[in-house]
Amino acid sequence: MSRFTFVDVVLWGLRIGVVIVVVGGTVGTLIKGRYGAAQWFDFLVFGITIGSVYALVALGYTMVYGVLRLINFAHGDIMMTGAFSGYFVASHFAETGLLDRNPVIAMAGILAVAVLTSTSIAVLTERLAYRPFRHVRGLAPLICAIGVSFFLEQTFRGSFGSGIRAYPDPQWQKEVISAFGFGVPLVEALVVAAAFVSMLVLYLIVQRTRMGTAMRAVSEDTDAAALMGIDVNKVVVFTFALGGAMAGIAGVCYAFVFKQVYFFMGFTPGIKAFGAAVLGGIGSVPGAMLGGLFLGIVESVGPALFLDGIGIPAPYQLRDLIAFTLLIMVLIFRPHGILGERMAKKRA
Amino acid sequence: MSPATSPANYRRQRRERSPLELALGVGLIFGVIAVYIAVVGILPLIEARWIVVGVVSLGDAALITIALGAGATVAWRRASQGFLPLALPSLVAGGIAGLLLALLAVAMQFLELRQIFISLSPALLGTLTFGLDVPLGPAILVGAGAAIGLLGAALTLAPSAIRRPVIVGLAFVLVFGVFQELIQIMMQFGELVGDLREALYTWEGLSPEGAAVIFVVAAGGAALWTTTLRRRVETLFARLTPSQQGYARAAKVILGVLLLVLFPVVAGSYIGQVMMLVGLYILMGMGLNLEVGLAGLLDLGFVAFFAVGAYVTALLTADSPHALASYTALPSLSYWAAMPIAVLCSIIVGVLFGIPVLGVRGDYLAVATMGLGEIVRVIVQSDMAAPLLGGAQGILQIPKPRIGGFELADPVDLFYLTLAASAVAAYFAWRLENSRLGRAWMAVRDDEDVAQALGINLVKVKLLAYGLGAAFAGLAGSIFAVMLTSIYPSSFQLLISINVLALIIVGGMGSLPGVAVGAVALIGLPELLREFGEFRFLFYGAALIIMMRIKPEGLWPSATRRRELRAAAGEEIVDEAPTEAAFAGTSSSVAPGARP
Repeated sequence: MSRFTFVDVVLWGLRIGVVIVVVGGTVGTLIKGRYGAAQWFDFLVFGITIGSVYALVALGYTMVYGVLRLINFAHGDIMMTGAFSGYFVASHFAETGLLDRNPVIAMAGILAVAVLTSTSIAVLTERLAYRPFRHVRGLAPLICAIGVSFFLEQTFRGSFGSGIRAYPDPQWQKEVISAFGFGVPLVEALVVAAAFVSMLVLYLIVQRTRMGTAMRAVSEDTDAAALMGIDVNKVVVFTFALGGAMAGIAGVCYAFVFKQVYFFMGFTPGIKAFGAAVLGGIGSVPGAMLGGLFLGIVESVGPALFLDGIGIPAPYQLRDLIAFTLLIMVLIFRPHGILGERMAKKRA
Repeated sequence: MSPATSPANYRRQRRERSPLELALGVGLIFGVIAVYIAVVGILPLIEARWIVVGVVSLGDAALITIALGAGATVAWRRASQGFLPLALPSLVAGGIAGLLLALLAVAMQFLELRQIFISLSPALLGTLTFGLDVPLGPAILVGAGAAIGLLGAALTLAPSAIRRPVIVGLAFVLVFGVFQELIQIMMQFGELVGDLREALYTWEGLSPEGAAVIFVVAAGGAALWTTTLRRRVETLFARLTPSQQGYARAAKVILGVLLLVLFPVVAGSYIGQVMMLVGLYILMGMGLNLEVGLAGLLDLGFVAFFAVGAYVTALLTADSPHALASYTALPSLSYWAAMPIAVLCSIIVGVLFGIPVLGVRGDYLAVATMGLGEIVRVIVQSDMAAPLLGGAQGILQIPKPRIGGFELADPVDLFYLTLAASAVAAYFAWRLENSRLGRAWMAVRDDEDVAQALGINLVKVKLLAYGLGAAFAGLAGSIFAVMLTSIYPSSFQLLISINVLALIIVGGMGSLPGVAVGAVALIGLPELLREFGEFRFLFYGAALIIMMRIKPEGLWPSATRRRELRAAAGEEIVDEAPTEAAFAGTSSSVAPGARP
């Protein structure tokens, strides 16, 4: 009954190819011994840093998908709006010297503005662009979301210019915390800390508050939740706001790691974070966190570990390739992700 | 039944707002639009283009249109009330739109907004306040808004015998003013036409006298058409026998095609270039239309096939170290030999591309195909593939196609190549649409599971959709390569996939004429309004949202789609209860702990 078709051959070829590259590359790299322990540690720390940013963004995808079954294609751009508004505050603080004199207050101000901006934009997009499609199935909501993504990017490009703007780079951020011969840049440590604290807060909100309970109820069964007296609209707005806030924090973190903002910056991290959400099992909050971290680490360690070993020149150019391959492999072979249940295939 | 007794209807019944309340809302919306186009930089940009030299610029026209629109919307929504009760509300609507803009102007005067919003220049402030100081300039702006709002309401409620000629006249002035460069180039032939051109235009653009002449002629023509001419033509047409009517229709079509074919010869090579670009996008649109419009497979990696077509053509024909001829035994091929190979390669890549994503549906498919497209771009751009594909430096010196001794070098010549390719492709697309395969695609689009249950081989049908869609894109890519004579990986961005998607959605999914309409509207128009170029993607984004909300079937919907929509009118909002229930048992929660 189950014939081994041409399609199966290609799919198995794909699987085997990826395994060969991963195993062969790893063995090759380890034999060559080009990188020392300190370098691997650096890769790992950077991976965790960038992964925790992905995790923050992935949370927005996963929560919105949970309540609306909608891929909020514009979520990466909402992260960009946070980074951009944070940039204006940060450069103002850098000019007045507050960023150096009193980093804690300055950072709090930057984060507050970024979170406020991205939250309000997230809520606005929901109200104006997504709500009319609440009960429409098919391609229309996704196409509308693509439109929103473009609209946001281009609005920022038109308003603030298309050039890359350098984020302020205060001296204290360049310090390195070192112990046992390993050093961690302070920025990366701070980003990881900020991301984990926000994720903890989010988890508590989702698990312990009334609103969080309502959110879980709506994502379980919208109609039943509505019949139980839950105001679905309010829950949806709350979900978008929560996702937007996480994206705002992620935007500032991302910008402080890479030290630059531009209008298109949200796109690639957005897609990757979506991949992370799917990897963890879309709809699952801990899944998004895990998926983000995993993706970040693979992307950071991967070029050196897998690609250098098989003799590919300039493997870092292919960082995105690893992330996208991971995304596609997950979508093809395990659409329900690590922690998700078997729903993605049915729905998607 | 009163709303109070029926809770189900309670929320749907909204109290009708009074005209003044309505005017407030409408004015706010139009005001926000006006402020938006100023802040985002569209207004300063189009302020520089005259419609009528020294009198009205395109930017002024945009602001006037916004105020007119505010008044007109109020009048249109409450048309039954007559003009007089609506005079005040329309004044208010236009005034509020003006007020928001005036507030922006005041803010610009007193705050250093330009440090953040780069487009809010002093020049823009000067335009907004008519060069006057604070209390007076903004006040005039509000007054002008109110007056124009009133005018808009008056125009909306005027009898159509007045309204139509005025609108037609204004539209003609707009077109003749905005596209003055092109029209002036076209009017260079012949003495009589040349004299006419000199009468209407100065070297900068349309002169005020010229604008007046055009307005009068167009408005008069429109008035004549609506009052007498139209009826006469119709009676004339009705008097013909059916076969003669057929000939008349065919003549119309042939005339249209002839105009299209001869147009670039008259209009010069710039127009030829633009039309050729439109043609390329029509080709790609037809290809994506097979995938998205017919088979329902939302493919965001479409640009990969375009890239394959371009790169294969380049590798086979180019006179560069990367060409296959320079390091293998293969001979350097002519374009005509390379094109079919390029198309074939695209088909193969399309099928290979389709295989992994066969089992992925809906939203996930869009993301998966986008990932595949990005993978192709990353590989082409990387140093890994540089020895083969030239890396970021691309492949240079691709020769232009030749017919005998004649080289198709001019954009107009290449336009004819594109036109011929599009015609052939359109024929194939049209035959495919009505074939057994086309019907299978539509069945898959409507319900994959049912289609499979009816005996449609999903694997075959889907792979054919990817492969054939890719063939069109490969053909377009092949022409693109000889158009530019050099190709770089940066030409094959994801944006192209989105462009093509946007144009088939604007035109109407699954509709061949829709593809052409979409390509002209989204590729041709921004190309002609050159300074709009940088805002093109803003319009695409807005167009996607607006089309999905207002006219999801597109500007020129396919016949089937139109029938479906008409049949399903009122049922468009799908009752989701049963489907929700169907996957409630399998759906995952936000947090796994939620499950009892």
